[in-house]
Amino acid sequence: MELGLNETQQMLKNSAREFLVTECPDTYVRAMENDESGYATEIWDKIADQGWIGLMFPETYGGFGLSFLDLTILLEEMGRVMFPGPFFSTVIGGGLTLLIAGNEQQKQNFIPKLCEGQLIISLAVNESNSYWNQESIKTVSKKSGDKYIINGSKSFVDNAHISDYIIIAAKTSDSNNDISLFIAPSKSEGIKQTLHKTIGSDKKSEISISNLELDEDSLIGELNQGWTYIKKIQEFGAVGKCAEMSGGSQEVLDMTVEYAKQRIQFGRPIGSFQAIQHHCANMAIDVEGIKYLTHQASWKISEGLDSKREIAIAKAWSSDAYQRICALGQVCHGAIGYTKEHNMQMYTRRAKSAELAYGDSQYHLQNIENIIGF
Amino acid sequence: MDFKFSKEDELFRQEVADFVEKELPWDWRKEKIDSEDPKDRPKVTEFKKKLAKKGWLTMAWPKEYGGQAAPHIQQLIFNEEMAYRGIPAIDAGISQVGPIIMLFGTDEQKKYFLPKISNAEIDWTQGYSEPDAGSDLAGLQTRAIEDGDDFLVTGSKIWNGAHSGASWMFMLVRTDPDAPKHRGISFLVSEMNSEGITVEKIPMMWDHSRALITLENVRVPKKNLIGELNRGWYVGAALLDFERSGISYASSASKLIKELVKYCKQTHRNGKLLSEDPIIRNELATMAVEIETAKMMAYSVAWMQSKSDIPNKEASISKAFGSEMVVRLVNIGMKILGSHGELEPDSKIAPLRGVIEQLYMSSPASATAAGSSEIQRNIIATRGLGLPRG
Repeated sequence: MELGLNETQQMLKNSAREFLVTECPDTYVRAMENDESGYATEIWDKIADQGWIGLMFPETYGGFGLSFLDLTILLEEMGRVMFPGPFFSTVIGGGLTLLIAGNEQQKQNFIPKLCEGQLIISLAVNESNSYWNQESIKTVSKKSGDKYIINGSKSFVDNAHISDYIIIAAKTSDSNNDISLFIAPSKSEGIKQTLHKTIGSDKKSEISISNLELDEDSLIGELNQGWTYIKKIQEFGAVGKCAEMSGGSQEVLDMTVEYAKQRIQFGRPIGSFQAIQHHCANMAIDVEGIKYLTHQASWKISEGLDSKREIAIAKAWSSDAYQRICALGQVCHGAIGYTKEHNMQMYTRRAKSAELAYGDSQYHLQNIENIIGF
Repeated sequence: MDFKFSKEDELFRQEVADFVEKELPWDWRKEKIDSEDPKDRPKVTEFKKKLAKKGWLTMAWPKEYGGQAAPHIQQLIFNEEMAYRGIPAIDAGISQVGPIIMLFGTDEQKKYFLPKISNAEIDWTQGYSEPDAGSDLAGLQTRAIEDGDDFLVTGSKIWNGAHSGASWMFMLVRTDPDAPKHRGISFLVSEMNSEGITVEKIPMMWDHSRALITLENVRVPKKNLIGELNRGWYVGAALLDFERSGISYASSASKLIKELVKYCKQTHRNGKLLSEDPIIRNELATMAVEIETAKMMAYSVAWMQSKSDIPNKEASISKAFGSEMVVRLVNIGMKILGSHGELEPDSKIAPLRGVIEQLYMSSPASATAAGSSEIQRNIIATRGLGLPRG
C-alpha cells in the first residue's frame, strides 16, 4: 500500500502549481468570468506547449502517454486555482471520447491537433429533460442515403460556444437504448447555440439541432453502442471533477485557516475560538475524505480495475463535502466572503457546478444502492 | 500510488479470517460479546490466549520482547478482521502498558510484566480519568505521596473498563502538586487487590458498566513507578508506535450495513419490502459512502505509520469521523427497525440480536471515549492546522 505521489507526480504537481500561480492569478479567473470566450488563447497555447492537453493521450497521437492518475494530479492543481477555460471539456469530453470510441482515422484526425491546442471539442449528452440517462434522450439521428440527419436539442454543453466540434449523443433506432455518437463541426448549418449564464460562471450552451446533415464517417464508435462509451466518459469525468474539487477544497481550507489567524475580533484572532476551530476541523475532515477517495478511484481506473463502486463513492462524497467545506469557509470569512471582490464566493459557486457535472450525489447514490445489494 | 494490499498481506488476512472462523466460540457470531461482562470474560480470555499462541496478540511488539515487529499494514489488517467480527482482541496491556514498559521500564519491570502481558495473563484497567478530570486530563488530582519504599495513593479514578477481571491498574497520579500541571504527574502500576482500593460499578444506559475506583492510602511499591518521577504525563502520552488508525469503526460498520441491507430485503412493513423504500435505500447508500470514507481515513493513518511518519491530525480525523459515522449508521438502523428497534437483546423477536438497540446507546459513548470528538477537533485545529490556542 502506497498512498503518496510518485516522483513524476510530485514533479508534475510542483510544476503545475508554479505555472498556475503565475499564469492563473485570481485576477485572471475573475476577468474570465465575464469574458465572452471564458479563456485567454495565450494561456491555452502555453498549456499546450507544456504538454498538458496531451498529458494522458498516447504518444502515437501526439500525447505524453501518462496515466489518468497523473491527469488527476494536474486537475487537482487546476481546481485549486479555478483554472478557467475548455481544458476539462476538451480533454475528457472531446479527446477521451474519441480515444475510447473513435476509429483509427478519427483518432489520427482529431487527437494530435487537440493535443497541440488547435482543436476545442465539446461533448453534448444531456438534454433539458435528460440527465445522464440513456432512455430519456430525445435527439434523433436518422439515416437518409449516405447521410445522417440529426434533430433535437442538447442542454448544458460545456464550452460549445468556442468549440470547433461537438460530439452529439443521439437515438439511432426506435429503441431508447440505441444511442450513437456523432461528431459535427460546431459551425454547421443546423446547429444553433444559446449561451447560459451559470452559477459557476462557466460557459454552457443550449443547442438546438435542426436537420443537421452529417457524413457517414462522423459516426464515432459502433452504431447503437454510444451509451457504453458515454458511461466510460462519465466515469472519467466524475473522477476528474472530484480532482478539481479536491484541489479547490484544499485551497478553501488553507484560505480560511489563514484568515482565521489574521482576523482579530474581541482582541484576539478568531481562529483561537473553538467555534471557528471546529468549523476548520470539520473542513479538514471533509478535505481528507475527498483526497483519498479521489485518488483511490483514479488509481483504480488507471490500473484498469473494476472501479464503479469507488467512482460512485468518490463523486457522491466529494460533491456534498466540497459544498460543506465552502459553506463553512463562508461562515468563517463572515460578510467579506460574500462579496464579489473576495475569492471565497468564487469557490462556493464552482462547488455547485462541480456537483452537477458528470452526475450529482443523488445520481451516484442510486448506483451505490445497487452496489450494496439493494 | 497503490491502493491494494500486497499478496503477502492478503494471505495474512486470509489466514486470520480462517483461524477466527475455526476457533471462534460459536456463540460469538450470534450475540454481542462484552469483555467487561464477568460472564463473557472467560471466553474473551480463552480466545485471547489462542491469539497469543499464534503470536498475533503482540505481533506489533519488537522481536526482543517476544513480538514479531509486524508491519503496520498487517496490524491494520488484523485489527480490521477482529473488529469486523466484534472481537475485543487488543487490550490496553498489549497496546499501551507493554509498549510503555518497553520504552520507559526498568529491566526488572520488563522481565516481570512483558511475558505476562503477551500471554494474556494480566488484564489491565486504565486509571486516567477522574470525576473532575475528563477532557482536561492533566488536571488530575489523585495524589501519591512518597513513604519509605512506597507511594501512598489517595484519590479516585473513573470510567474504568475491564474492572470485572482486571488484576492490575495503570494510572496517572499527582506526585508534585506545586509543579505546573503537566510536570507533577507520575505513571504507576498497582495490583487491584491492594488494600485501600474499592471498586464501585457504574451501570451505563446500555447493558454494560464502567467503574469508579476509589484509592485510600493505597501502598504502591516504588518499583512500580514506570519512567521518571514527575514525568508521567510524557510517559502516558508517548507516541507509541502502535497501530492507531481507528479502522475498527469502518470495519464494524461495514458488517452492520450488510446486516441492515439483508434485513431490509427480508422484512415487510405495511405490505412492502423495506428494501423498496427509496428513503431507506438512499440513507444506507449514503452510509456506504461514509464507511468507505472512514476506511480510507484509517488506511491513511496506518500508511503514514508504515512510513514512520507520525500522524497527528490524521489520527484525530479518523477517530472523530469514524466514531460519529457509526452513530449516524446506528441512528439510521434504528429508524429502519421501526417499532422493533426498541427491543432489548433478551427479547425473542429483537432484530439483529438487539445489536442496533445496544449500539444506539453505546456508540455515542465511543465518540466521547478516548478523547471526545470535540477534543479531536481541537487537536485537528491547533496541532494540525496551526490555529492559535484559545
